[in-house]
Amino acid sequence: MIQTTSSAPLAGAILSGSDERLGDAWRPKRFTALRAVFQDRSAVLGLAILVLVTLVAVFARFIAPYDPAALDPTANLAPPSSEHWLGTDNLGRDLFSRLVYGSRWTLGAASLAAAGIVLLGVTIGMLAGYFGGIIDDLLMRLVDVLLAFPSIVLALAIVGMLGPSLTNVLIGMVAVWWVDYARVVRGLTLRVVQNDYVLSAHCCGCGHRRMVLHHVLPNVIPSVIVLATLELGSLMLAISGLSFLGLGAQPPTPEWGTMLNDGRLFFLNAPQLMMYPGIAITLVVLGCNLLGDGLRDALDPRY
Amino acid sequence: MLYFILRRLLYLVPVWVGISLVAFLLTNLTPGDPARLALQRELGRQPTTEETAAAREQMGLNDPAPVRYVNWLGDALTGDLGTSYRTGTPVLESLAERFPNTLQIAGIGLLLAIVIAIPLGVLAAVYRQGAVDHFSRIFALLGASMPSYWIAYLLILLFSVRLGVLPVAGSQTWQHAVMPALTLGIGGSASLMRLTRSETLETLNQDYIRTARAKGLRSPAVLTRHALRNTMIPISTVLGMRFAGMLGGAVIVETIFSWPGIGKLMVDAIFDRDYPMIQGFVLFMGTAFLLINLVVDLGYGLIDPRIRLARS
Repeated sequence: MIQTTSSAPLAGAILSGSDERLGDAWRPKRFTALRAVFQDRSAVLGLAILVLVTLVAVFARFIAPYDPAALDPTANLAPPSSEHWLGTDNLGRDLFSRLVYGSRWTLGAASLAAAGIVLLGVTIGMLAGYFGGIIDDLLMRLVDVLLAFPSIVLALAIVGMLGPSLTNVLIGMVAVWWVDYARVVRGLTLRVVQNDYVLSAHCCGCGHRRMVLHHVLPNVIPSVIVLATLELGSLMLAISGLSFLGLGAQPPTPEWGTMLNDGRLFFLNAPQLMMYPGIAITLVVLGCNLLGDGLRDALDPRY
Repeated sequence: MLYFILRRLLYLVPVWVGISLVAFLLTNLTPGDPARLALQRELGRQPTTEETAAAREQMGLNDPAPVRYVNWLGDALTGDLGTSYRTGTPVLESLAERFPNTLQIAGIGLLLAIVIAIPLGVLAAVYRQGAVDHFSRIFALLGASMPSYWIAYLLILLFSVRLGVLPVAGSQTWQHAVMPALTLGIGGSASLMRLTRSETLETLNQDYIRTARAKGLRSPAVLTRHALRNTMIPISTVLGMRFAGMLGGAVIVETIFSWPGIGKLMVDAIFDRDYPMIQGFVLFMGTAFLLINLVVDLGYGLIDPRIRLARS
């Protein structure tokens, strides 16, 4: 089972790589790769940002000084002070507390979407790659069609038809974003099933389900993790962008994109309403990008 | 070349049919009965069951789905995408009227992205690990991490509020197009620059570059005559994708700057539950992207004979 502990480089490298590269790719070098990630200072910084924000989201109740929905009519649009560290919004709600609780919504929505996308993409990609034939043809034509649109356009149309809400945004995102994963996973699966150990497992009477779950899936997962980390940032941007348009999380939810939207009307008098949620989104997306880049560099040193 | 063009055109047909299917199926997502919704808007009250049934029959909603699809496709192919619930004008007319505005900011945005990204990317590759490379890395990371709507507001704060040189929203003068285009351009230049850098680095490692240097050519000549030309091939395909991405990204930017393009039309349609408009937008954008990709592929075939001669 040595293959299951091996790690594949970013799928693109495999798809375009030569056979010698591929030979390299299946060696058990996950720990070398992990070490490389930890030696990359910017990747560690990215990881630190993500861990920190996750901790903030988990312990929001202990960190936020106020209830994110608590109104204080005496302190509308107050500037930053010792009571309200980042000031208050137009309804007198504490901006810092809303940002702290907002991390739950923004991180949670992106993680949920990512989980749905990975699940759908990996399943479809493995089915297409493993069974081939007409299943592969049909699924890949569907992928071609969905790739013909920039993802945001179709996600927007789905949300438009279903009606604005965060749940519908997540449905729209999952329905569109899975295609990249399906393509990558299909390519990887095609490579994996050519290996001798798959043939030998087959000869030993291994069924399809066991083959896919025990032999193909473990070889696909490392690349999917890299891809998901790289894409988590753009997912977050897309979800908060749709919320910013008023199509996702609805007020008074303290989702960061929604908060930016709420702050639009007041940004001349109280620019902090837009500044801090913007900084928060940028920081978290930056964390995802730094970690994703680090993972990719460690696993695919071409760049 | 003719064979290449023909094959590429033939490939368009199934994908376009797929796009039309997606656009058609979207209407099935709408909560509630489309006939009832349309009537409700027309009459301004709840329609009776008989009225709804008559409207369903008239709109052909009682036909089986394949029949409805073929009818709808026939209408779409003859330029009839239905009428907007909101304005009562034909959907295609509204889209065609607004599309040039979107093309305008996306076009200028792309141009800005090229002007910023390509020189910076090449310099970053040539002076690898130098100051320019570090700056370009920070610029690319921030550009890829900042939400476009936030960039837009930072630009408004700088150019309209602090400096007072550009108008905030509207479309009356050319100055109005500057900030929307700049917002799209900054977002697009980040990834374009990283790509230019990595492609240039890869080209500079090629044997023919070593040969060019070995025969005594000076660095600028090697760079412009040998390296850049080859770097431009992969970059030109990505430019097409960037442009398509900017057309999609225009949705947010147009809403912020009240720019009368099709992105804003779409967002307004969503809030008004203007389903024919949303459906028309999807078919229109799908077709537009398909054509952009076609142009890019044909251009790619023109630059690189390996592509047009490949018979896979």
